[in-house]
Amino acid sequence: MAGSSEAEIDLTPAMNLEPVPLLDWLIIMPVAWCIVIGTFLLMMRKNTAQQHLVAIPAMAVQVLITAGLLSQIIINGPTTMVMGRWLPPFGIAFTVDILGAVLAFTAAVVALACTIYGIKDVNHSGRRYGFYSFLFLLMAGVSGAFLTGDIFNLYVWFEVLLIASFGLLILGSEKGQLDGATKYAFLNLVATTLFLIATAYLYGIFGTLNMADIALKIAQSDGTLPLNTVAGLFVLAFVMKAAAFPVNFWLPASYHTPRVVVSALFAGLLTKVGVYAILRVYTMLFSLQREALEPTVNIDALSFAVAIVACLTMLLGAIGALAQTNVRRLLGFLVVSGIGMMLIGVAIGTREAIGGTIFYAVHSILVMTALYIAAGMAAKLCGGAEDMTKIRGIYQKNTLLAAITLMLFLAVAGLPPFSGFWPKLMLVKASIELIIPWWAPFSILLTGFLTTIAVARVWALSYWKPEDDAEDMAETEKGNGALGVSDFVPLIALTIIVVAVGLFPQSVFELAYQSAEQLINPVAYIESVFGSEVVE
Amino acid sequence: MEAWMAVVVGALFAVSIYLMLSKHIIRILIGAAILGNAVNLLIFTNGRLTREVPPIIGVDESVLSAQAANPLPQALVLTAIVIAFSFFAFLLVLGYRAYQELGSDNTDEMRVAEPVDDQTPPLGY
Repeated sequence: MAGSSEAEIDLTPAMNLEPVPLLDWLIIMPVAWCIVIGTFLLMMRKNTAQQHLVAIPAMAVQVLITAGLLSQIIINGPTTMVMGRWLPPFGIAFTVDILGAVLAFTAAVVALACTIYGIKDVNHSGRRYGFYSFLFLLMAGVSGAFLTGDIFNLYVWFEVLLIASFGLLILGSEKGQLDGATKYAFLNLVATTLFLIATAYLYGIFGTLNMADIALKIAQSDGTLPLNTVAGLFVLAFVMKAAAFPVNFWLPASYHTPRVVVSALFAGLLTKVGVYAILRVYTMLFSLQREALEPTVNIDALSFAVAIVACLTMLLGAIGALAQTNVRRLLGFLVVSGIGMMLIGVAIGTREAIGGTIFYAVHSILVMTALYIAAGMAAKLCGGAEDMTKIRGIYQKNTLLAAITLMLFLAVAGLPPFSGFWPKLMLVKASIELIIPWWAPFSILLTGFLTTIAVARVWALSYWKPEDDAEDMAETEKGNGALGVSDFVPLIALTIIVVAVGLFPQSVFELAYQSAEQLINPVAYIESVFGSEVVE
Repeated sequence: MEAWMAVVVGALFAVSIYLMLSKHIIRILIGAAILGNAVNLLIFTNGRLTREVPPIIGVDESVLSAQAANPLPQALVLTAIVIAFSFFAFLLVLGYRAYQELGSDNTDEMRVAEPVDDQTPPLGY
């Protein structure tokens, strides 16, 4: 009976009966690969001596996969793959544009650096508790969030990366870790629940979860729908994930408690997923409606609120960094400060500003990870001390480390010729060009100034100032012995990228502009999902 | 029916926010659990609350008839329930471990990661 009715039904309106092109499988590969390797590493949980032999090549393959995906997207434009052969908007779609591919690639590079740094930083008990498995599952969540084109699926990837990050955060179960993890876990749970509420309302309004479909329907809406409320909920949820003022307090409370490699990974990746989600949902989906309604007004109420939040976040981050003695806590505040920098671009919303935000996100992923690794190495030289007053004379003990750290400090403060300078330049330029209050460019410049003071003080006191205690110098040899190849390789590699991006920013500029273009006018994104005849 | 559910969801949100404003981990935990359930009911209500009519699209139709409940929010709720449940289990253990290690479930007294007597950085070279 079932067979006879099946023969009469034409499946073409609902399903794609063509085989999926081979290159489209690249879209799902970063996620699938990470889950497979993560599971495999879970099986060899007890072979703590061999885990990194699997993890490092596997993460290198992840870098190659995402690099291949990025080059494909640059050549062919946004590409879509739909699960289960259902035609969009019914199936869960993975849609990749340049923004997603660039961030997935950068995340993979940073994760590879952390995998290598983890060889020495994570001891056998940490590995037995599944450090490498969690690392790969975290990467699966991060890559999935960057690549998915379905808003409920984005929520699921947020939860995947969140639960993996819990595992990494409490690796070791020390008092400080439990304390920090409690605050981290509760605030992030509330943030993802807010995200779920906003998604539910969006589904209630439009009856679809596919982002391209939502973008089309928002563009066609007549302004009577309660879209600003939903957009506000989304922004609140993502701003909480990204750790912006006034919902930033989970970050400085927890990021200095886990192992250095975990801090480095989190500082690079997690908050940027929040910024990515704001860019995707707020800039791509909701700006269509705003422009259609008020083409002459440059900045609407919600963007104005985001601008205020952005300026307060960057200033609070820099001022918080000034008040810290613990170097890792200081770096946590600098992560927060960088989030403010990215949000100001979102608030302005022009092509230059969004480009600056994307450039800054790439810069921040690289430089914050490198800084945490450098801080961990400096702490190793001084017997595990993380206090600014206890880390002494790094320049005497290890000149290379001191020089690299100086470069990274200058990069994070946004001074030329390092990678932090260019996105800041783009953002200041964009904020001056647009009719936006004077305090926006002023806050960016003041933040740069305060950050310079904060990091310069660390460098002067802990790195440049010579060791006055002679007997401590005797321990230097021991400290230098603690640093190995696996410490220096990821740090030097990341620093080379930071310097190279600073000296030759042209290609990153172009990528950032192209992805901003695709976000502001997502015709290519929508066409890749529905085909060209839907968009007029 | 939907209007009554909206009232129930609103009441659950109020209760959960009240509980989460507390300083004690156990109250925040119960608040978070109620928040998850409130959101689940919200999504569930989104897809209409009707019985008896099966959600089947007929041969000549292209959309679900207005009398039937939309099954997709129910599928979303299933996902959300699983996630919320696993998070609650994790948070319960985390809260208990934090209580064991730190000797308090008052968030004001949980100051190991951010000590109260934190010194300020030196002002001179």
